[in-house]
Amino acid sequence: MIVSNSKTILAVQGLHASINGKEILKGIDLTVKRGEIHAIMGLNGSGKSTFAKVLAGHSAYEITAGSIQFENKNLLDLPPEERAHAGLFLAFQYPVEIPGVANIQFLRLAYNTIQSQRGKEELDPLEFDDFVREKMKLLNMKPDFLDRSVNEGFSGGEKKRNEILQMALLEPRLSILDEMDSGLDIDALKTVANGVNQIMNKDNATILVTHYQRLLDYIVPDFVHVMHAGRIVLTGGKELALELETRGYDWVINHSESTNKVTA
Amino acid sequence: MVINTDYLERSLESWPFTNTKPSSWLNQLRANAIDQASMLRLPTKRDEEWRFTDISALTHLPFRPSQPENIIHIGDVEHLFLKEAKIRLVFIDGYFSSSLSIFDPTSLTVGNLPMFLSSNSAYLESHLGRLAKYEDNVFTALNTAFLSDAAVVSIPKNAAVRDPIHLLFIATQNEVTSYPRCLLVCEEGSNITLVEEYIAHNNAKYITNSVSEFFLAPHANVKHIRIQRENLEAFHLANCAVSLDRASQYQSISISTGARISRYNQNVFLNDEAAECTIDGLTMISNQQLADTHSCIDHIKPHGTSYQQHKCIVNEKAHAVFNGRIVVRPHAQQTNSSQSSRNLLLSKTAQVNTKPQLEIFANDVKCAHGATVGQLDEEELFYLESRGLSPATARSLLTYAFGAEIINRIPVTSLRQRLEHAILTQESKS
Repeated sequence: MIVSNSKTILAVQGLHASINGKEILKGIDLTVKRGEIHAIMGLNGSGKSTFAKVLAGHSAYEITAGSIQFENKNLLDLPPEERAHAGLFLAFQYPVEIPGVANIQFLRLAYNTIQSQRGKEELDPLEFDDFVREKMKLLNMKPDFLDRSVNEGFSGGEKKRNEILQMALLEPRLSILDEMDSGLDIDALKTVANGVNQIMNKDNATILVTHYQRLLDYIVPDFVHVMHAGRIVLTGGKELALELETRGYDWVINHSESTNKVTA
Repeated sequence: MVINTDYLERSLESWPFTNTKPSSWLNQLRANAIDQASMLRLPTKRDEEWRFTDISALTHLPFRPSQPENIIHIGDVEHLFLKEAKIRLVFIDGYFSSSLSIFDPTSLTVGNLPMFLSSNSAYLESHLGRLAKYEDNVFTALNTAFLSDAAVVSIPKNAAVRDPIHLLFIATQNEVTSYPRCLLVCEEGSNITLVEEYIAHNNAKYITNSVSEFFLAPHANVKHIRIQRENLEAFHLANCAVSLDRASQYQSISISTGARISRYNQNVFLNDEAAECTIDGLTMISNQQLADTHSCIDHIKPHGTSYQQHKCIVNEKAHAVFNGRIVVRPHAQQTNSSQSSRNLLLSKTAQVNTKPQLEIFANDVKCAHGATVGQLDEEELFYLESRGLSPATARSLLTYAFGAEIINRIPVTSLRQRLEHAILTQESKS
C-alpha cells in the first residue's frame, strides 16, 4: 500500500556493480518507502537477481559506483549479517541445502542471533518450538519440516515455504523475494503469496523480483519496474505488469533503446 | 651420548622379558615378536604404504618403555568417564588401574591380561596375537614384544550387553612409549557396544603404540567406537585387526582429532559368508597435525557386505591421509561394497591425500567408490550470513554439519555430545 508521508526504507542511487570485471548493474535508482510493494520485472540476464544479491551483500559483486541508503545506514558499509540485523531479508531463488543441520536448529539460531542483535529476548528450545509452529500454520507446513536437515530433499515448493517462514520469523523491515514463484504449482503459489500478504504491514516493505506476471495476481504491487541491461528502464503502477504480459518485453526494450538514442 | 642409534634399536635394547619364565606361551610370543622386530626397520616415505606419512621425527626420540608407576586420582580423570558405561577399564600409560575401573571381578568376561592369565590362559593363548600379524609390521611386532598388560573383553554366547563398555587409555608419562593392547572375543550371537578411547592427561611427549584384536563369532554384533584425542605432542601408532565369522555384523566409527602424528591401520577380514561391516571415520585436525588412516576390508567369502565412509576436516597446516583398500577375493562372489571419501579443507595450507584402492578378483560383485575434496561453499556461507549469522558461526555450523553425519551414528549420547562440542569449537579456533 502507498502511505502518504511514509518514511523511506531504501534509497538506491546510480548503483553500478560488476562481477569478475564484467559490469552487470549500470546505474540503478530506486526508492522504497514503508508499506510499499515493488515488483522488479525483466528477462533473464537483465540484472534483477544480481540487484537482489547486491542488496543482501553478496561478496562476489564489486560495487563500482553509486550508493544505497537503508533506513539511516549506508548499506554498502555493512557485511551481510549486519544487513540482516538491520532488517533486510533476501528470500533466495535457490535456497542452499545444509545436510547435517536440523531445520529447527538453524531457524532458532538465526532467530536468536537477530533477536539479540536487536536487543530483544531470545527463546529457549521449548519456547521457540511453540513460536515456530504457530508461524508454520501461516504457510500450511507439516511439522516434520522442523526435524529434517535444512532444505535437504525439500521440493521446490517446500524450499520456498521455508524461505517465507524465515521471513515471518525474522520480521524484516525490507524483504526481497527473488523469483518466489519459480517451481511452484498454483496451490503452492497461493499459499506462499497468502503468507507474504499476512506478513506485510504499513511499516515494512517488499521487493518482488520476478520474470512473470503470474505472482502479481496474488501479491499486488504498488509499483512495477522493468529492468533491462542493468538498469530500470520503465516504472509504472500494477497495470504495467498486465501491459507487459500482453505486449511482451520487446515493447519495453525497443521503447527504452529508442529513448536512449534520443538522449545520447 | 649415543648418536645415530635409532628408535627401533633402543626399543630392542630395552626389551625386558628375556629371562622370565621362558616356558610360557606368552613369553614365546613375546620372544618371537622381538626377534621379528629386530629383523624389520622403521618405515620411511620410500615405502608405498607410508609415502605421505613421514615418521622420521620419531626416530630421534630417546623414549623408554612406560612404567606401571603413575598414580592418578579419580578426581583428575572422572570427567573423561562416560555416564552410560557400567563397565570401564582404565589403563594409565598402558597399565591397568583397578581403582579407576569398574567391573565385576568375579565374572571373568571383562578384565586385564594378568587376571585372565591366571584363570584362563588357554583361552587367551588361542586368541592373543593370532589376528594382529607382526611378521611385516614393526609396530605390531614391538607392541607384541612388550605385551605385559591388556584390556580383555570376552562376551559369552548370545549375551547382549546393553550398556557400552568403555576402554580408556590415558597417557601421563613424559618421553615414554606405551603399548596399549585390546582383545575382544564375541561368542556366537553376542551383542555389544565398545568404546576404545585414547587421551592424554597432560602435555607429556610420548608415543602410543596400540594393537587391538577383535574376534566376532557367527551372528555376533559389535559396535566399535574408537576415539583418538591424544595431545598435540604425541605420536599415535595403532593397528586394529577384526575377524568376522558367518553373518556377523561389525560397525566401526573411528574419530581422530589428536596427536602430532597419528597412523591408524584397520584391517577387517570377512572370513565367512554373509558377514557385514560398516566402517566410518572422521578425522578432524589443525595446526601441524598429520593423521593417516589406512583401512583394508578383505572380502574372503561370498555374500559379504561392506560400507565405508571416511571424512576429513583439515585446518591450518594440517595434513590428512586416507588409504582405503578393498579386496574382493576370487571366491567372494555376490559381494556388495561401497566406499566414499569426503574431505573438507578449511585453509589454503591444509592438505589431504586420499586414495581408494579396489582389488577385485571375483566377477559377480557390486563395488562403488568415490572421493571428493572441497572447501566450505561460498553460497552456503552467504546464505547463513544473510540470516544474520557471523562468518565465524556460519563456518562453524557448516563444518559441524560436515562432521555430524559421522558423529550422529555414535550410539552413546554423552560421547556424541562431547564430540559435537569439540567440532563446534574447532572452527572458531581459527
